[in-house]
Amino acid sequence: MDLFASALITGFGLGSMYGLLALGFYVTYAVSSTVNFAQGSTMMLGAVTGFTFGATLGWPWLLAVVLALAACMLWGVIVERLGVRPFAARGSDLWLMATVALGLVLENAVLFTFGKDPRGMPQSFLTGDALSAGGLRISVLQLTIPVVGVLLAVALHLYTRRTRSGTAMLAIVQNPDAARLMGIDVRRAVVGAYALSGLFAGVAGLLIAPLFTVSSSMGTLFGIKAFAVAILGGIGNPWGVMLAGLLYGSAESLITAAFGSTYTQILTFGLVIVALALRPEGLFGRAGVKKV
Amino acid sequence: MRVGGNAPAIRRIAGRALALAAGFVLSLAAHAADPIKIGLVAALSGPSAQSGEAITQGLSIAIGEINAAGGVLGRPLVLVRRDDESSPPKGATAARELIFGEKVAAIVGGLDTPVSLAIVPIINREHVPYMGVWAAGTPITRNGATPNFAFRVSAVDVMVDEALLKYAQKKYGAKKPGLILINNPWGESNEKGLREAAQKLGITLAGVEKFENADVDVVPQLTRLRNAGADALILVANAAPGAQMMKSRERMGWKVPVVSHWGVSGGRFPELVGPTAGDVVFVQTYSFFGEQGPIGQKVLSELKSKYKIAGPEGVFSPVGVADAYDAMHLLALAIAKAGTTEGDAVRKALQDIGEYKGLIKTYDKPFSETNHDALGPDDYIFVHYEGERLVPVK
Repeated sequence: MDLFASALITGFGLGSMYGLLALGFYVTYAVSSTVNFAQGSTMMLGAVTGFTFGATLGWPWLLAVVLALAACMLWGVIVERLGVRPFAARGSDLWLMATVALGLVLENAVLFTFGKDPRGMPQSFLTGDALSAGGLRISVLQLTIPVVGVLLAVALHLYTRRTRSGTAMLAIVQNPDAARLMGIDVRRAVVGAYALSGLFAGVAGLLIAPLFTVSSSMGTLFGIKAFAVAILGGIGNPWGVMLAGLLYGSAESLITAAFGSTYTQILTFGLVIVALALRPEGLFGRAGVKKV
Repeated sequence: MRVGGNAPAIRRIAGRALALAAGFVLSLAAHAADPIKIGLVAALSGPSAQSGEAITQGLSIAIGEINAAGGVLGRPLVLVRRDDESSPPKGATAARELIFGEKVAAIVGGLDTPVSLAIVPIINREHVPYMGVWAAGTPITRNGATPNFAFRVSAVDVMVDEALLKYAQKKYGAKKPGLILINNPWGESNEKGLREAAQKLGITLAGVEKFENADVDVVPQLTRLRNAGADALILVANAAPGAQMMKSRERMGWKVPVVSHWGVSGGRFPELVGPTAGDVVFVQTYSFFGEQGPIGQKVLSELKSKYKIAGPEGVFSPVGVADAYDAMHLLALAIAKAGTTEGDAVRKALQDIGEYKGLIKTYDKPFSETNHDALGPDDYIFVHYEGERLVPVK
């Protein structure tokens, strides 16, 4: 029994990670129908800059976290400017390759500056026990990650429903041309969405860092899984994306617990394909309806 | 025809003959002092760069000693290093360049088993002795070639596997160890070795679990092993994934003994794991801690003076230094015994070495026609981290 209980806790933690990254796909897709495919590299940037400022340089952690998040947002803006806008403006899909290329550039730049050795975040209260009952132990961080994930999804929801710029964003989602005619600055909204996407990735990177090792390649697999999660959730629905993340994470660790790790990747990605074959618009997505 | 015209011609011929003779004598002299080149193909950059540096130190100290004593066959030894960047194709190219370009007498290998496996067919074809000083992959020396030019002064996976199980059994009274292995060819080959060793020792395994380099959480795998009644863990993985395993174990509050292959010793294992890093006991061939014999003291003082190492704690990769040091001396002995640097003669001489008092141990017939591994399970020692230091387990 504790086998599956602990697997679920693990799965929820990882799942909210995937969900957070996938929310980054959602915000940019919603506004511009484009995504930063190298979202995993942005997550890595958050962890690496956080580590460098906080652990290597010894700056106060609050400052380190703020700077790391700012770096991720800035990187999001750069990706939009260099990798997306020039192509999307011409109606080309080449932003797909361009964002992947920028991710590789970033990973290699980090490789040269940060080094190839994976590093470990210093121990802190975050990795200490929050709860322990009947052989089950949950660290503070394992509780924090899903909470932060859900809070960000809620915040995103409130933002789009309650604020002017959020409503403007929704208008763009519905019809960019009409939105532009109504005086909404679409370009600014797109840049904002990429900055927000970078922020989500940065939060994910900083949260996962103490549980994982910090290195230039840490984000790659996460990015791929997060994209699968975004598609699975139906990329146009923030709640769906977050929920799909939790489902994916739990499926992953439950499969490992039940059948052993040999089958994890085969079965989880297999399940994603089956789910998408049955519901091509994603588990929680609605098929797009074009109103004329 | 002028009669006097011959005189300058004769002088010219005489002059040429003299120059030729002088050249010949000079070239003889040059030949006598012509150094014997020893090649090294190892990771000198990238995440394993430290291993290449350690091997270089061990080889250089040995070469310094040999040259100070007059060299081999009256010729000094020089080391020619090439970086393989841990990539098999790059290692193979470097080995060819050393053989055909530099005309080395022998090649010493590095930490990566795949690189060594790429080089072995080349040296067997070109009849150049190869000396492995780190990579433990079984097929490096047991490669099926006759004649076989691959030798090794280092651990061998199959023997390590047996030693790990024996240690878990003896030290911790383990009756049902569980295997937790990295999911790659290295983990795969050790799974085979560990299963065979378990059968040989009559040990039942609680289970075999794999994990990935990128796994954040290994709790599900470990929980399976715990539920299957594992009373010790045998770990095969490098530092970063090994650290993820240890963090999961800590999170589970599971105080099970962990006996590990030496992959965890590269990288920053103590930093990555945190406080429980010292719980992992793993295999090494040598430690500069504790009481040192005369050779150990000599090597340590060389390390201090040549490489500004403060003491045993400054030797990050004792395996690389010690294996390379002994291997270089054994190679020099063989070349001296063969009386030539010709590959086949050196190979036969290596198989013919009698007793040699080395750093790791006193070798007695380290190699033979059928055995090209100088170290066996009895030569392994077990160490763990105390802070950042690698210390033998008492």
